[in-house]
Amino acid sequence: MIRNVLEMLEHSAARVPDKTALKDEHESLTYREYMDAAQRIGTYLLKNVTKDSYNKPVAVVIDRNVWSVAAFMGVVYSGNFYVPIDNTMPAERVKLIYDTLEPVAVIDGRLKDGDVIEGAIPVKDMLGEPADEEMLKKVRMNSIDTDPLYGVFTSGSTGVPKGIVPCHRSIVDWVEAMADAFGFDENMVHGSQAPFDFDAFVKDIYNAMRNGATVVIIPRKLFSMPKLLFEFLVEHNVNMLVWAVSAMRIVADFKAFGAIDKLPDLRYVMFSGEVMPIKALNYWIENIPQAMYVNLYGPTETTCNCTYYIVPEGKQDELKPLPIGKPFRNCRVVILDDKREKVITEPGVKGELCVSGTCLALGYWNNPEKTKEAFFRDPTITAYNSILYGTGDVAYYAENGDLMFASRRDFQIKHMGHRIELGEIEVALNAIPFIDIAVCLYDEARGKIVCCYQSETEDTKAIVKFLSDKLPKFMWPNIYKRYEKLPANKNGKIDRAALKEEIKKR
Amino acid sequence: MEELLRIMSEVRPDIDFETEDKLIDNEMLDSLDIVAIVTDVNDEFDVEINVNDLLPENFNSAKALYELIQKLQYE
Repeated sequence: MIRNVLEMLEHSAARVPDKTALKDEHESLTYREYMDAAQRIGTYLLKNVTKDSYNKPVAVVIDRNVWSVAAFMGVVYSGNFYVPIDNTMPAERVKLIYDTLEPVAVIDGRLKDGDVIEGAIPVKDMLGEPADEEMLKKVRMNSIDTDPLYGVFTSGSTGVPKGIVPCHRSIVDWVEAMADAFGFDENMVHGSQAPFDFDAFVKDIYNAMRNGATVVIIPRKLFSMPKLLFEFLVEHNVNMLVWAVSAMRIVADFKAFGAIDKLPDLRYVMFSGEVMPIKALNYWIENIPQAMYVNLYGPTETTCNCTYYIVPEGKQDELKPLPIGKPFRNCRVVILDDKREKVITEPGVKGELCVSGTCLALGYWNNPEKTKEAFFRDPTITAYNSILYGTGDVAYYAENGDLMFASRRDFQIKHMGHRIELGEIEVALNAIPFIDIAVCLYDEARGKIVCCYQSETEDTKAIVKFLSDKLPKFMWPNIYKRYEKLPANKNGKIDRAALKEEIKKR
Repeated sequence: MEELLRIMSEVRPDIDFETEDKLIDNEMLDSLDIVAIVTDVNDEFDVEINVNDLLPENFNSAKALYELIQKLQYE
């Protein structure tokens, strides 16, 4: 049994050493080169930086290049876990993440000249260190499969991002389950869309690593220029897409298949992140009918995805929501009632979707309270210790037993593929001096974040300017409404329900 | 041009569209900004920017986009 993801890398490096493992716009690495670079980086860390520390976070400042990925695996070789950091985020948010994380080292995976991060080690400087096999072997001997593998930060309702930390075993188990369910092989060429600091990117690198397949990293700017995007996919023989729903919607919104090659080689289109609009899905199915379409569901806490639904052939009924389907093997899903006491089994009755099994992350880094809240003891099992993760997603069973997503039970939203706590935006808004109080709502029908604020001054530009120092762009509200006085309910609290009704009527 | 600048600033109040000329090359605008701008431009100027027009050279600056709109209106 595989205990450590590096066994998958080493296995592929032995089996298909000269095959391209990773490819970006400018450079590529074969499996042998990929492993070699990772071992060098791992040795460098062990000798010069992390030394005896293990299971500690190492931050990797990312760019969409192959060396950032090699750095991830280098960190794993050192016996620690990697946390991708997107340095284009506002400095304040990066600082909040570092404060929670307390990384033992920072690797700069970017190759741009002139932009230096103090204290960070440029990845290319580490490649001169020859791999020390003895040293790496010792680290591996001591590793167990429940050691943390990576950390992904997500929006937190109190204004501080939470770091979700999955372990090796969860990934090894999940890629096996994926291979079982879909029959991947080494001829897969992933067209990777996901940002490196999302758990969606994990799907590309570890599935490919297991299968000896190729990951082609798509430059981000191509997503606004779809003609160039598809030319890129054809040029690199991409036959598999594991994409965010938002990226698939862009293609549909632009009607991008009108003028371009229809990707005859595409075999799989897997999507996740938010509810897929059937219209957009049908646009894809009409233009690329030969591919298998799969709806993947699952929060980062369940290590990528916990359920899947293979879309039946042909166009789908636009009036029916797409199921999230059935759990992957070795993963259990239950629906609990509002009090998290009873299990719901009858079709149509809504409750919270909860997950148990090897897929569960180890928790939130340095945050025992939040971890306890979300990862709790299964109330239906008292004789032994069984942990459930409460997703906060409201779901139900269809008559045929398929799981269906309904809504959220809190203020978390899915906006353009990003998981956002409205509370985090509100914390930032309420720190603006001229705003008395502000609330954020989500207009689902239009896909817009709406900010309602109480102030004597109306100044959208000043608000955006302020937010741009605190929050990444995907968290900025899209619509601003100023009020002399925000409506209150009878308890004196801001009447969100009334505001929501107002937005609906717009 | 005034109208175009207004549309673009509404989508991204944080960018100075009168001076920027590397909106795509420097990844200042993302795909969702482009979708929003194209939708508004198509409505307001009564043109049809299609997928073949979505190229960096047409979107790197407000001026370039304005030229594209004029070309499409002329056609």
